Amino acid sequence: MPATDTPGTEAPLSEAMADARHNMEICNACRYCEGFCAVFPAMQRRRAFSAADLDHLASLCHGCQGCFYACQYAPPHPWGINVPQAFAQVRAESYAAHAWPKPMGRVFARNGTVVSLLTAAAVTLVLILAGAMQSTDVMLTAHSGPGAFFAVISYNVMVYTAAAALLYAILAMAMSTASFWRASGGNFRPIHFARALHDAMTLKNLGGGGDGCNYPGESFSFTRRWLHHAMAYGFLLCFAATSVATIFHHGLGWIAPYSPLSPPVILGTVGGILMLIGTTGLLWLKVVADPAPAAKAVLGGDYALLILLAAVAKTGLLLLVLRATGAMGWLLALHLGFVMALFLALPYSKFVHALFRTAALVRDHGER
Amino acid sequence: MVDLTRTYDVLVIGGGNAALCAAVTAREAGASVLLLESAPKPFRGGNSRHTRNFRAMHPGPTKVLTGSYLEDEYWDDLNRVTGGNTDEALARMTIRVSAEMTPWMEACGVRFQPALSGTISLSRTNAFFLGGGKALLNAYYATATRLGVDILYDAEVTSLHVDDGFVRAAEITWRGFPATVNARCVVAAAGGFQANLDWMRQYWGDAVDNFIIRGTPYAKGKVLKNLLDQGIAAVGDPTQFHAVALDARSPQFDGGISTRLDSVPFSIVVNRNGERFYDEGEDVWPKRYAIWGRLIAQQPDQIAYSICDSRAFSLFMPSVYPAIKADSIAELARKMGLDAVTVETTVTAYNNAVQPGRFDSTGLDECRTEGLDPPKTHWARRIEEGPFYGYPLRPGITFTYLGVKVNESARVLMADGKPTANLFASGEIMAGNILGRGYLAGFGMTIGTVFGRIAGREAARHARN
Repeated sequence: MPATDTPGTEAPLSEAMADARHNMEICNACRYCEGFCAVFPAMQRRRAFSAADLDHLASLCHGCQGCFYACQYAPPHPWGINVPQAFAQVRAESYAAHAWPKPMGRVFARNGTVVSLLTAAAVTLVLILAGAMQSTDVMLTAHSGPGAFFAVISYNVMVYTAAAALLYAILAMAMSTASFWRASGGNFRPIHFARALHDAMTLKNLGGGGDGCNYPGESFSFTRRWLHHAMAYGFLLCFAATSVATIFHHGLGWIAPYSPLSPPVILGTVGGILMLIGTTGLLWLKVVADPAPAAKAVLGGDYALLILLAAVAKTGLLLLVLRATGAMGWLLALHLGFVMALFLALPYSKFVHALFRTAALVRDHGER
Repeated sequence: MVDLTRTYDVLVIGGGNAALCAAVTAREAGASVLLLESAPKPFRGGNSRHTRNFRAMHPGPTKVLTGSYLEDEYWDDLNRVTGGNTDEALARMTIRVSAEMTPWMEACGVRFQPALSGTISLSRTNAFFLGGGKALLNAYYATATRLGVDILYDAEVTSLHVDDGFVRAAEITWRGFPATVNARCVVAAAGGFQANLDWMRQYWGDAVDNFIIRGTPYAKGKVLKNLLDQGIAAVGDPTQFHAVALDARSPQFDGGISTRLDSVPFSIVVNRNGERFYDEGEDVWPKRYAIWGRLIAQQPDQIAYSICDSRAFSLFMPSVYPAIKADSIAELARKMGLDAVTVETTVTAYNNAVQPGRFDSTGLDECRTEGLDPPKTHWARRIEEGPFYGYPLRPGITFTYLGVKVNESARVLMADGKPTANLFASGEIMAGNILGRGYLAGFGMTIGTVFGRIAGREAARHARN
């Protein structure tokens, strides 16, 4: 269905984009959902929906599903309105279209498989390297005191490979976010960024009308919002733990492992537990969720990233518990394998939604 | 568990707002309740699925309403739109009770948009459901299920045995199989008959083939007809219905809110013959959109065409179907299947009659025609800046006015004026008692909620005595 006043010169839309446009054109003539989230007021500011508009609105959508259950035109109504599904499909295309470098966009097509294989490869590689570089004795011996970890894997190998992977991930994500931002344009001012960051950090748009989102089913619930907070803030705490440890190492010359009551260990422990709770809970919600508003094609990638994050948290916590035993060597290698996999997967996984969605929120605040 | 062999305290017929309010209230009062919804589950809820708000009396600002809206103003609004075609005692009671409804609705899980966030012109008088009527129904169904109301979908009541004012049993069809339901009391909340085209045809002839039914295809009026055939008192003009102007390309049923067109005040509207037939700018659209369904129903072939230029195009809500677009009036007329010469003549005559004046799309302005019949008394600007846009319009029927007569206890009355023993009614099936003509936004939901609550309470009390 063409838009009411779309120029005829535009390139043909993909199937997902055409479906999203069909949804938005009907929604914009109805507008009952204006109270749910930022998407509908943003839609109401437009009369026609270009690919760039749909790209923006799709990332603005947090998939809370409130509009799906409230929709008088949801399937089996012949109009088949399903905004969360339509936008999830557009997001998958959007992540691919803005991937850096461009050919890497293809990995979003079978993202679950790709992230899983990457993880398997990274873990295997680290385990093989650890086995090849160290004797079995060293790997299976209990180490203690400063430098215990580095007896198993040298500090330089550990830090430089991880740092290289992370810096690459940051570069790739910055490039794709910049591409996403440029595609739809927008008005960037610090105040818009501050408001967007607030919305992103509080997941305001998973709040529905104040009672949470309709996930995993028809009734309102805050479960997903809290679990996502646990995962996201857990992840940030783990990142903070690593940063503090880096300062300890380089700034103060204190060598890991640190005592259980030291800041890096406390941050890492709390962060790891939160991540584990968050990812496990979100996985469980995904399993029990109503399939009707979900986009089947993207579920694989969602599962893969959650499982990878859970694996990072779980091996990290196990390492803490067993670090004084002979299991430490292989556990450390395993943990580092998962961390490497995570760093490499970041720009090519669902993780980019954090950046695209924040960018969409900045643009949205600029439009208001 | 549904058990069709038992005798329920209360049988509720229908699955919309009025039915759910009755079922939940009766269950809260301790009655065993069976609710029969004729639609399958995804289409449950009758016309309530397409609603959006609830008109409520309130003495001061609330979380969900601005300002105040007192009984007398509410009554004046109702009296005006119905032209006195109402029952003042029932109407005032409904208005007063409406003030107490929102806390109960919220306790049932209904969520409202914060005041001022909805359609601004209505935020003083009407509370908007977050997500609209289907979200409201989801909340009520969840509450009913939690409280233990037995619910059957695909369950159509084919007849009630009314014997000297006493309902003995209901014959139903459930998933295509016949069954008999016994209950001590019955609440009829099964809506009007606007989706029953054969019934409508008795009054409107073949014109009904050109009518679009905005809401549920399940409002066949079977229960209404069955009751009226058994000596129940009727209210409301059977030939009358509420209708608005819809996009002629809309589906025959269930197009809901999004198929309406708000282009009329900023357009001229011509009929099949390319001629104008009514003042498009008579009043602000919220006060006039409800008459255009009837106006179009009275035109040849029940069709009309709204024509505007590019200046007017962004002044009204986007349409669900794309506008027909052309670079000249003649081309637009041809694309819409109209005689180009006649339409050009009509537009030229209109353009020549337009007077200079201050244009204001948000209120009654000074732009009008002079010496034109019929005149356009506001928002009249020349149609001259291409591209030009057109929409075909059909009458879109919202609801019918015919209903069963009730008293203030929601008890259904016999034709001789005596109350029935155990039959109550709520919602569109009895709305004609209060809204005998015209339309007041959100008032159907108010009648359904207030009378649903009363019917549920009274039925439970009667059943348990």
